[in-house]
Amino acid sequence: MSTLNSFRTGPDEGGHFGIFGGRYVAETLMPLILELERVYTQCKTDPGFQKELASFHTHYVGRPSPLYFAERITEKLGGAKIYFKRDELNHTGAHKVNNCLGQALVARRMGKRHIIAETGAGQHGVATATVCARFGMECTVFMGAEDIERQKPNVERMRLLGATVHSVTSGSATLKDAMNEALRFWVSKAESHFYIIGTVAGPHPYPAMVRDFQSVIGIETKQQMMEAEGRLPDTLVACIGGGSNAMGLFHPFLDDPSVRIIGVEAGGYGISSGKHAASLTGGRPGVLHGNRTFLLQDDDGQIIEAHSISAGLDYPGIGPEHAWLHDMKRAEYVSITDDEALEAFQFCSRLEGIIPALEPSHALAHVMKIAPKLPKDHLLVMNMCGRGDKDLAAVLGHLAKRGKPI
Amino acid sequence: MTKRIVERFAALKAENRAGLVIFITAGDPDPAVSLEILKGLPKAGADLIEVGMPFTDPMADGPAIQAASQRALKAGMTLKKTLDLVRAFRESDKTTPLVLMGYYNPVYIYGVDRFLEDALKAGVDGLIMVDMPAEEDEELCLPALRKGIAFIRLATPTTNDERLPKVLSNTSGFVYYVSILGITGTASADTKHIEQAVTRLKRATPLPIAVGFGINTPEQAAAVARVADAAVVGTAVVKIIADHPKHPTETVAKTLAFIGDLAKGVRTARAGA
Repeated sequence: MSTLNSFRTGPDEGGHFGIFGGRYVAETLMPLILELERVYTQCKTDPGFQKELASFHTHYVGRPSPLYFAERITEKLGGAKIYFKRDELNHTGAHKVNNCLGQALVARRMGKRHIIAETGAGQHGVATATVCARFGMECTVFMGAEDIERQKPNVERMRLLGATVHSVTSGSATLKDAMNEALRFWVSKAESHFYIIGTVAGPHPYPAMVRDFQSVIGIETKQQMMEAEGRLPDTLVACIGGGSNAMGLFHPFLDDPSVRIIGVEAGGYGISSGKHAASLTGGRPGVLHGNRTFLLQDDDGQIIEAHSISAGLDYPGIGPEHAWLHDMKRAEYVSITDDEALEAFQFCSRLEGIIPALEPSHALAHVMKIAPKLPKDHLLVMNMCGRGDKDLAAVLGHLAKRGKPI
Repeated sequence: MTKRIVERFAALKAENRAGLVIFITAGDPDPAVSLEILKGLPKAGADLIEVGMPFTDPMADGPAIQAASQRALKAGMTLKKTLDLVRAFRESDKTTPLVLMGYYNPVYIYGVDRFLEDALKAGVDGLIMVDMPAEEDEELCLPALRKGIAFIRLATPTTNDERLPKVLSNTSGFVYYVSILGITGTASADTKHIEQAVTRLKRATPLPIAVGFGINTPEQAAAVARVADAAVVGTAVVKIIADHPKHPTETVAKTLAFIGDLAKGVRTARAGA
């Protein structure tokens, strides 16, 4: 462990977390992100902005989300006391809305009425389309053609909410390519459009800004755990694609050394298969989408397509702050395969009556591995960051393919 | 080395004409044909050459140059092979300035110091790094300048007066003005806008100004040549390569013929004005 006084002071002025982060973008976008940084810095300390955000949290999103004691899963696993942070109960069914709401309010301050977003599982796209409808903004969402196929209900929701959904066919036609197209579109509309990035990645100030908007998850968890148990949790577990739900849960606890922090990446068919989305476990540092972070790439620096059963985790990179926490060894990062996640998906549905999204099913699969070995007074919090309705068709298909229909 | 670029722009100035900058992607459609095209460029009328370093995720490029990168990567292109290509070109041409254009990640993985060393040895004169704004100068720009490799900056319609000095600092060779808001090969700027932009840049820097993005025809190249120090054509060239995939000789001939037309436009622009 490092001798740093605090893990919560980053990034530095240039947006760096150690060697990670930064602002690796085309000149066309530089003036925009500098302006965004200026306005966002004001918003952070503006009581009026914070009050408005809090009011929308309460009345529109439905925050605070409950901290739920998963009693039956705890019993079944026979070890640690397991709590779910229920961010799947938010309006729109995932944690994504926390960030979209915040950024939409920033966009409104900047006088921007046109919003761009990229989406993988469609949760960020839906959340963006939702806040755009609420604030009367025009919304354009970029989504990989393959993801459109995997996440049809979310595509329909976005369209119903008034958004234009662009199908992206370049590259692997998933989240990475959706982000490329969103950036290309943004360059062409730089003066009128605001880009709501959905995760703790991209050029500074996005990783810090998205983290701040998602930190409401960890702040509430801390308070709720104090109320429920009178002390801090012992372990936090969250799934990681770009890493926004995880960073939101982790960040308020980074300076509590007794709290063990575990991020769960998507292991796809297994790390050794090469078909996965675990950039910390199976990648190395590089520069993509405006920041330096761990990336899946070959020896020539070409980006390798990620694979995960979960469209929301199917990304070859990870937020730069996670890369830094990994290097500093403040957080641990593990991976879970497609099959393990599928099993957790069913396990949770049957034992708790909660159908999790495939993304937090990865986190739960890891909880299923570690909880039995932990003592009964060990407090474990897992972020239930999304609900699984959107995944039903895909999961049923996968189970049938594996000869294990429900 | 920066010297070749400086000398070329001095010669163009002496001739009272603008230069033609041609972009091709290294290894497109394959390494052998790509070398043939590259070798033919100076004679066809290219005054400066930009060689694109293929990358899987070219965020500032439109479909045509994205596809060129994909073709090259599929044909086995790597950054090392791009440098080999430059070295082979330099065997027959010691005077035409050649700059590499692309995205940072392959360079970062190659290793900045080793890359600069090898690029200089291969005969590279400058770098245009799309995703390296002035804010990240410590990383590649300053080491390149110390080596004597020019670092050519992109200025765009969003580069306001407040920011311009920062963009023009730590730069050499020439300034590349991106004349549209957008990615390569999508739209064209009107000449009036370009003229105003060049005038604004000229007030701020003694460096030559090349203008690119959206120049597709000899007529458009000529229009830009009347107001700027050089016109850059990429997408239109790459499209010709894409349109002739089966016959290497034809690919080379058609590409170079088109460059001849562009050169004619550029070379006669001011005489006709």
